Amino acid sequence: MTATAEPQLEIGRDRRRKEDQRLITGRTRWTDNITLPGMLHLAMVRSPFAHAKITNIDTEQAKKAPNVVTVVTGKDLGEEQGSLPNAWPITPDQVTPPHPPVAIDRATFAGEIVAVVVARSAAEARDAAELVDVDYEELPAALDLKEAANDTTLAHPDLGTNKSALWVFDSAEAGTGGNVDEAIQKAREGDGIVIEREYRQQRLIPAFMEPRSTVVDPTGEQITMWSATQIPHILRFLLAAVLGVSESKVRVIAPDVGGGFGGKLQTTPEEFITMVLARRLGKPIKFTETRSESMMAAHHGRDQWQKLTLSAEKDGTVTGFKVELLADLGAHVSLVGGGVPVLGAFMFNAIYKFPAYHFAVQTVLTNKAWTDAYRGAGRPEATYAIERMMTELAAELGVDPLEIREKNWIKHEEFPFTTVAGLEYDSGNYEAATAMAKEHFGYDELRAEQQRRRESNDPVQLGIGVSTFTEMCGLAPSRVLGSLDYGAGGWEHATVRMLATGKVEVITGASAHGQGHETAFSQIVADRLGVPFEDVEVLHGDTQVAPKGLDTYGSRSLVVGGEALVRAADKVIEKAKPIAAHMLEASADDLEFKAGRFGVKGTDQGVAMAEVALATFAAHDLPDGVEPSLDCDATFDPVNFNYPHGTHLCAMEVDTETGAVKMRKYTCVDDIGNVINPLIVAGQVHGGLVQGIAQALWEEAVYDDSGTLVSASFVDYLVPTAADTISFDVDHTTTPALTNTLGTKGVGEAGTIASTPAVVNAVVDAIRQFGVNDVRMPCTPERVWKAINDGGGGDKTTEAAAPHFDDSGETAIADGASE
Amino acid sequence: MTKIEVTVDGAKVSDEVEPRMLLVQYLREKLGKTGTVIGCDTSNCGACTVHLDGRSVKSCNVLAVQADGHEVTTIEGLAKDGALHPMQAAFHECHALQCGFCTPGMVMQSIDLLNDNPKPDEQQIRQGLEGNLCRCTGYHNIVRAVQTASGQEVNK
Repeated sequence: MTATAEPQLEIGRDRRRKEDQRLITGRTRWTDNITLPGMLHLAMVRSPFAHAKITNIDTEQAKKAPNVVTVVTGKDLGEEQGSLPNAWPITPDQVTPPHPPVAIDRATFAGEIVAVVVARSAAEARDAAELVDVDYEELPAALDLKEAANDTTLAHPDLGTNKSALWVFDSAEAGTGGNVDEAIQKAREGDGIVIEREYRQQRLIPAFMEPRSTVVDPTGEQITMWSATQIPHILRFLLAAVLGVSESKVRVIAPDVGGGFGGKLQTTPEEFITMVLARRLGKPIKFTETRSESMMAAHHGRDQWQKLTLSAEKDGTVTGFKVELLADLGAHVSLVGGGVPVLGAFMFNAIYKFPAYHFAVQTVLTNKAWTDAYRGAGRPEATYAIERMMTELAAELGVDPLEIREKNWIKHEEFPFTTVAGLEYDSGNYEAATAMAKEHFGYDELRAEQQRRRESNDPVQLGIGVSTFTEMCGLAPSRVLGSLDYGAGGWEHATVRMLATGKVEVITGASAHGQGHETAFSQIVADRLGVPFEDVEVLHGDTQVAPKGLDTYGSRSLVVGGEALVRAADKVIEKAKPIAAHMLEASADDLEFKAGRFGVKGTDQGVAMAEVALATFAAHDLPDGVEPSLDCDATFDPVNFNYPHGTHLCAMEVDTETGAVKMRKYTCVDDIGNVINPLIVAGQVHGGLVQGIAQALWEEAVYDDSGTLVSASFVDYLVPTAADTISFDVDHTTTPALTNTLGTKGVGEAGTIASTPAVVNAVVDAIRQFGVNDVRMPCTPERVWKAINDGGGGDKTTEAAAPHFDDSGETAIADGASE
Repeated sequence: MTKIEVTVDGAKVSDEVEPRMLLVQYLREKLGKTGTVIGCDTSNCGACTVHLDGRSVKSCNVLAVQADGHEVTTIEGLAKDGALHPMQAAFHECHALQCGFCTPGMVMQSIDLLNDNPKPDEQQIRQGLEGNLCRCTGYHNIVRAVQTASGQEVNK
């Protein structure tokens, strides 16, 4: 055979990223970099109290301060400021308090905005904010989640309850499985096994590196908002819907955005205030938050109590799983709000063949910062619960945790598999991922070392943790979202524009903030259209450039947005075909498109896409009735979620004398289907792992008993450093997804979802011989030491974060959500 | 107001500044050196790291007046004649950045680290970057970038 060199395919190549050039040289456009003529600056006056009546606000002194333009209160803004939206009322009778961006007569959490200073410089605004004199009448605050669920103290007294919504899924009622209570009863009365546990998902702070910033320019025909957001399209829609401005008069731009992790999946009080004041004053306005403000007032994540009951037969075959959650909403029902735990509802059964399943979540209002999506959003909570429980089941039976998993998981030949939660998993191979992970990890050697250390009573014990996770991502089929009462669809949009010079502009409705869309999407289009990678320009994050889209979250950009792109590119080829045929004086049926060229089958005649683009631009000689444009749009609405999975193995060393834990090794083998860019995928996995590990070991948003967030800076909130972490062993198996033509699955959240239980399972495994079956997260040395010495779960920690300004040493720092 | 004269990325500049103005504010607001960014208010994140007379400093922790008569290099002054600094090139090559917000500070600190210790081992690299937070990369590829820039073999 003659060797005709096939051009190297872009898909699968470890292309270095296009977006790096500007980011490594400082030529970036962060929102806070924007300066406009005559621009004014805001400073927020925030409530120091978790719950207080605002009896008076004296702005006189502040208004007199140098270069202050005005000072406004919630009363001043009145109806004009609207009420921040909740897009997902999870039940028809959900209790949703009004949420004015500036509180009017009552502050509902420490950090809520009560007045706004507008001045000519940010420093002058900040100085004047100190002069605003607010009189508060402190009210009892609902802080503890469990107490709040009993309506002991009301977060919003007018509502008469803290209970916002109760959302239930039951497999017997849904017809997807049996009755879970019967299964548990049977196990209890017969000779089965029942495992009951209560786990705490502590409150976390997304802690994106770029503080949120918003600039609004009200001059010109369209009001333009730049914002450090993940969701420019949703923000535009909601600004229009809430403030009554025509959507066509609002342009939202998300320029370079410095990370999000769900934390910028929000429509914020600060955005609405900046918009309202810029329109009122007719001048451009900027607000950039400080890190402390960000920690205090940007939404938090997780914060659940999980009551779990798992039943199994004596041989370890699972028969039922009952999940009862309390979820802390904080003071307001945020954009996604109670939808976050609902996103987890379908994932507690995970990769296992449970015949019966029941899930119930009670969402609860408290006087703390509002909660919403944080990397994984509902699915890390579910994965933690099931992966901890499967390990507990293995411990109960005295078998290896991988053995009990294998006994119960869906075999690769059983796909497609409809789960007890009603989802259809299209593909997967848990056996293959597990086999590869065990080999990379050196599973048997580490188990042998663990045994040696146990037998020799080594003060440093070794634990091995397992997490064989799956998740549902690629949000989301619009019909499914509709059936769950979410306020929007889950489609994504793309446009491919063929420029006269043969360059290609790709417009996506996904809105990247670090993921590398410009590179990965270029690779897809380069292959599809047969154009050089360098000739593709990906445009995004501006509603005037990319007019349609549903933005970036839920590991959706590639699997939904990428598929829209493929379809738009295919339409371009179809549209170009008759023009190419005309140019070649051939029949369109005789053409084939390959490597960027339309060729006449069986001849060497052909014409390149770039030539067709130029001829279309000139339009001098097009076939009759053909429009002079190759540009095409496509909107893709997925028919199913997709289901990445993987096997994560973690080895932890625990110093039994001090409680200190140290990660020894971490191996993960993820199956995310076909990979577009392995370099980007590895980066997503590394970063995801560290966020999940950080939940297991370090991070916790801690409120004191008066409702003050004491971990409100990077001094106290332990975002891990390079010195805290290790290098990871990352590999993949490939079982393509069947629900998109690229065969890809989402990867943005996988690492975070999988790693938390792997780490805690390892910590518990290291010290189980001391009678320990749980250590509450984060597994601080104190908690681990107490667990070893009390034989309990180390559940009470008095100083999860260092108390500040504590002379007496007696200040009680509440554990987690101040239980 | 106090008059200061500073050399920033090779250019001499002179301004009247408020004594309380931080070096990072001076760079961003007066000089438009927006490549250097502010990530926190407690000197923990290191996003604002620049070089002051060739040594790394967190520019949120230095007053503009303290830079009077000194030389400041920011991320924008590293590339020479269109050629990236080897550390910038290594960050690109090793995919040591995602959102890129911490990157200016991380690159400046990494250069300082190698100035102190041209052949650091992995642990020394990790210790040397402890004052710079990154939320995207999990540090894995940042460590590899520093290994690459130091001309050492890179772990897988």
